Amino acid sequence: MTWLDTIIQGVLLGGLYALFAAGLSLVFGIMRLVNLAHGDLIVLAAFLILVLVTALGLNPFVATLVAMPLMFAIGWALQFFLLNRTLGADILPPLLVTFGLSIVIQNGLLEGFTADSRRVSVGGLESASVALGPIHVGVMPVLTLASAIAVIIGLNQLFYRTSLGRAFRATSDDPVTAGLMGIRPKRIFATATGIALAVVTIAALYLGTRANFNPTIGPARLIYAFEAVIIGGLGSLWGTLFGGIVIGIAQTFGAAINPEWQILAGHLAFLVVLLVRPRGLFPRAVD
Amino acid sequence: MALLETKGLTARYGDFQALFGVDIVLDQGETIAIIGANGAGKTTLLRSIAGVLANQPNAVLFDGEPVGVLAAPDIVARGIAMVPEGRKLFPSLSVEENLLIGRYGRAVKGHWTLETVYNLFPVLKERRVNPGTALSGGQQQMVAIGRALMSNPRVLLCDEISLGLAPVIIKDIYAAFPRIREAGASIIMVEQDIGQALKVSDRVYCMMEGRITLSGVPSELTREKIHAAYFGVA
Ligand SMILES: Nc1ncnc2c1ncn2[C@@H]1O[C@H](COP(=O)(O)OP(=O)(O)OP(=O)(O)O)[C@@H](O)[C@H]1O
Ligand SMILES: [Mg+2]
Repeated sequence: MTWLDTIIQGVLLGGLYALFAAGLSLVFGIMRLVNLAHGDLIVLAAFLILVLVTALGLNPFVATLVAMPLMFAIGWALQFFLLNRTLGADILPPLLVTFGLSIVIQNGLLEGFTADSRRVSVGGLESASVALGPIHVGVMPVLTLASAIAVIIGLNQLFYRTSLGRAFRATSDDPVTAGLMGIRPKRIFATATGIALAVVTIAALYLGTRANFNPTIGPARLIYAFEAVIIGGLGSLWGTLFGGIVIGIAQTFGAAINPEWQILAGHLAFLVVLLVRPRGLFPRAVD
Repeated sequence: MALLETKGLTARYGDFQALFGVDIVLDQGETIAIIGANGAGKTTLLRSIAGVLANQPNAVLFDGEPVGVLAAPDIVARGIAMVPEGRKLFPSLSVEENLLIGRYGRAVKGHWTLETVYNLFPVLKERRVNPGTALSGGQQQMVAIGRALMSNPRVLLCDEISLGLAPVIIKDIYAAFPRIREAGASIIMVEQDIGQALKVSDRVYCMMEGRITLSGVPSELTREKIHAAYFGVA
C-alpha cells in the first residue's frame, strides 16, 4: 500500500509542476520564447498573494483572483514593451534578457521582503486530508492537481475553440501571413504572456501554501517547469501535465528511498526520457 | 478617382532595390493583371501595397487616402486583402479555421461569409475539418482565396494563383472570379501565364527589373510588344 501511496502523492505533486510549466509551455508554443525568469515570476506572484493576504486580510483564494489580472497586466506589458523587442531569428537575446530579468526580480524581492522564508496560510486547510479508500491525501494537493487539470482544459478550450486561440496558432505558424489577416503578432504575444502569468498566479498560490518560499527559489521552479515541458513534448499541454506527473512521481519515489534523493530522482527521470525520446513523449505533429 | 493607386513606389530588401518608381492605377470594379518574368518585382509590388513592406505615405493611395505607411493589419482592416504567393495556409488550422481567420477581430459586413464561400467552392465544405495543408494544391488555393474573401475586401490582391496547378484546376479556380467581381471586389492579379492574364483582365501591366515596362488593354497588346516588355529585347 505504501507504493500506491507514493504514486498518488507523486501524481498530486505533478499537478504543482504542471502548473509551473503550463505558462512556460504556452509561451514557448506560441512564440518560441524560453522565459528564464518564469520561476522568479512564480515567486513574484507568491509575494503578491502574500501581500494581499497580510495587508488586506484577504482569503488566499480571493487574493489569487485579485492577483491574476494584475499579473496578466504585468505579463502583457513585459512582453509588449520588452520581450517583443528581443524576438527574432537570433535566439540569444531573449535568453539574455530574461536571464537578466530573473536577477532583477530576485534582487527586487530580496530588497523588499528580505531573504526570510514566508508562507501563505490557508487557515488549517493545509493539514486537512480526505480518505481515498485506504489512502489519505491532503486537500491542498488534491486542489492543486484539480487546478492543473482545469487550467489545461481551459487553455485547450481557448486554443482550439476560440478566435483568440486561432490567432495564437496562426501567429505561431507564420506571423507575416497572420498580419495579412489583420492579426497583430506583437499584441498576440503580449496577450499570451499575460495569460501565462495569470496561470503563474494560480501556481503561486499552491507554491506559497504548500511550503516555505523566499526570493531565491525561482530558478529551481523554472527547472522543474522546463523538464515537465520537455518530457511532455513541446507544444502539447496535456503532455506538459503528464511531464509534471512524471517528475512528481520520480521525486516521491526518490524521497521514499532516501529523502536526499528527491530532487535528483526528478532530474534523472527527465534525463532518461530525454535519452529515450529526445522530442518528448507527445510532441506536436507539425514542425 | 482611382480606387487604388501607387505613385513612384519603391521597395528594397536591405541594400537591394527591388522596385524603382512603380505607378499603377486600379479603378473601381476593374481587374488588372501584372505580368513579368521571375524576379521582376510582382510579389514585391503586392507586398508593398498590402503593408508587409513599409513605404512613403503617399506612395500608395487607397480611396485617395495615403496608406503607404500602414502595416498589414491596418491595410486589411481598410479593405485590401491578399492571396499570397504559395498560398501560405496555416498548418495548425483546419480549412474552416483558415477561412475564419480571414476576418479575425473584426465584424465585417458584406456578401462573403462562410456560407457564401462554401457555395463558391463546395468542395471546401466537405473538407472543412481537415487541416488546410492536407488538401490538394487546387483546394488549398481555394482556401487561400476564400480566406481573403472572408474580410469582404474592396481590393483583392492575387499572387500567382495558378502556380503549380494543373490546367483543369486552374480553369475551375478562374471560374470563380466573375462571382468575386460581381460581389464587389476590384482585383489585382499577378500572373505568369500571359494568356490567362490577358483573358481575365481589363488592363495589363508588364514589369521588368522593378519597373513597369508596358501597360494597356489586352486587345491592344501584341505578342511582340509583350515580349519586348518582358525580356527587354525588341
Ligand atoms: N525577402 C527578400 N530578400 C531579398 N531579396 C528579395 C526578397 N524577396 C525578393 N527579393 C528579390 O527582389 C526581386 C523581386 O522579387 P519578387 O519576388 O518581387 O519577384 P516576382 O516578380 O514576384 O518573381 P516570381 O515570378 O518568381 O514570383 C528579385 O530579384 C528577388 O530576388
Ligand atoms: Mg512572385
